[in-house]
Amino acid sequence: MFGIDDWFRRLYDTSGINFTYLYDAYDRGRFLAGIVLTLELAAICIIASIVIGVVGAALHGSRFRVTNALVRGYVALFRNTPPLVQLFFFFFVLGGLLTFKTPYGTFQLSNFTWAAISLSVYYGSFNIENFRAGIESVPRTMVQAAEALGYRKGQIYLYVILPLAFRFSLPALGNTLVSLVKATSLAYAIAVPEVLYVSSEIWSDQLNVPEMMVTIMVFYVTLVSIMVYAIHRFEKRLRIPGYSAGR
Amino acid sequence: MTDASTLPIVRIVDVHKSFGLVPVLQGVSLDIARGEVACIIGPSGSGKSTLLRCINALVPIDQGSILIENEEINTPSLDKLTLRRKVGMVFQQYNLFPHRTALQNVMMAPIHVLKQDKAAVETRARALLKKVRLEGKEDSFPGELSGGQQQRVAIARSLAMNPKVMLFDEVTAALDPETVKEVLVTIRELAEEGMTCVLVTHEMGFAREVGNHVYFTDKGKIVEHGPPAEFFANASHPRTREFLNQIL
Ligand SMILES: Nc1ncnc2c1ncn2[C@@H]1O[C@H](COP(=O)(O)OP(=O)(O)OP(=O)(O)O)[C@@H](O)[C@H]1O
Ligand SMILES: [Mg+2]
Repeated sequence: MFGIDDWFRRLYDTSGINFTYLYDAYDRGRFLAGIVLTLELAAICIIASIVIGVVGAALHGSRFRVTNALVRGYVALFRNTPPLVQLFFFFFVLGGLLTFKTPYGTFQLSNFTWAAISLSVYYGSFNIENFRAGIESVPRTMVQAAEALGYRKGQIYLYVILPLAFRFSLPALGNTLVSLVKATSLAYAIAVPEVLYVSSEIWSDQLNVPEMMVTIMVFYVTLVSIMVYAIHRFEKRLRIPGYSAGR
Repeated sequence: MTDASTLPIVRIVDVHKSFGLVPVLQGVSLDIARGEVACIIGPSGSGKSTLLRCINALVPIDQGSILIENEEINTPSLDKLTLRRKVGMVFQQYNLFPHRTALQNVMMAPIHVLKQDKAAVETRARALLKKVRLEGKEDSFPGELSGGQQQRVAIARSLAMNPKVMLFDEVTAALDPETVKEVLVTIRELAEEGMTCVLVTHEMGFAREVGNHVYFTDKGKIVEHGPPAEFFANASHPRTREFLNQIL
């Protein structure tokens, strides 16, 4: 039997090109674990940032001054500071404050948790803006037509504003989510063993930086392409026949 | 005499309305009898749309009284749902819900607002679309229909709530001349069936033929009014004459 393992081992022997994770079980294990962690981090942040976006946009639209101001402050703070700085802030400052001894041992959130929180909060602020813009581009006249039919406020949101606003905000939402997925590599900076981090471990042991970098690039291109395709399909499915956005 | 059928279905008494400091309605009074077709004409900005919007409480009034079937709507305890069941409204820009088909547009309000049974609503909605001559367009989305077709869906959507009064705000103004007719035919049929209609319109021919009463508004007041034959022949106020000369 002449398998992939042997082929890549031979490749290394004959040419020096060293894809260790393709023939070495230990490297393969940690590399796959890195990929899984990247995917997990991305999935959690996508969901959390969308939830933050929806709730934030709703609070922003409420008639209470205080919530309105809070949301605007949140968006201004997190949209206008670099994500890496935020990650350090969360991990070192809040992480430090949130570490304390309990009778059962030391309480502490994991690096992964801080990365997930930080990225969700950062991209959540973008999603608030995305959804808010979507809601604002629903024509006022549509709301009046619903009012004239006897719809109550909540019903107007549910049946008229949200279905349209969601569609209007899809392109911007897609962009934000793609940025988010790429930004999961920032977790490297606080030693979360995602794909970039495990790759760096592998290349310090094996001295195969170019091979690992090429691999990572291919991984992200593939991941993002799949995402873009899925978003595109989704947009197409939700497209309203005969309706061009913004009338 | 308090017999409900002889009372005006819409009674507007000395209504005032300002937007900020801009007075838009300055003491408007008029009565509309059951089954009557009232046409409101007047220059742009004279408050015609605002008046219609006041009748179904889309716009609250500052002062005065509006009675629909003898019930005051200028009161904090107004039940808007009950009012809007009685008073349907059709807009210049159709304002159909673009993400729902023609049939769904007609079915939505009875299901969501009146909580009626879906199957029964569907039967009625199909009949209404047939009535406005849109059989076969049930599954088209608004964006796939012409302006005139969309406007007739909008009329059917309003009728699905079984209103007692229909308000039409320049419903043909955005249409090209050929499609204007199909919409006017629909409204005329409604009128002939006895529906009380209040129309803001620039279609003088329609006002003359189908209208029972014509009101001319200017600067937030009703300057002059009367049955169409009389009104168009004898209108005497200088503003009315000027307006009619421009438009005819
Ligand atoms: N929601 C609003 N806020 C502020 N001003 C308004 C509002 N709605 C209407 N107005 C003003 O009230 C005046 C009357 O408007 P309205 O739409 O009732 O006129 P109209 O007679 O229907 O005119 P048109 O023939 O152009 O439709 C206008 O000066 C308009 O600018
Ligand atoms: Mg108007």
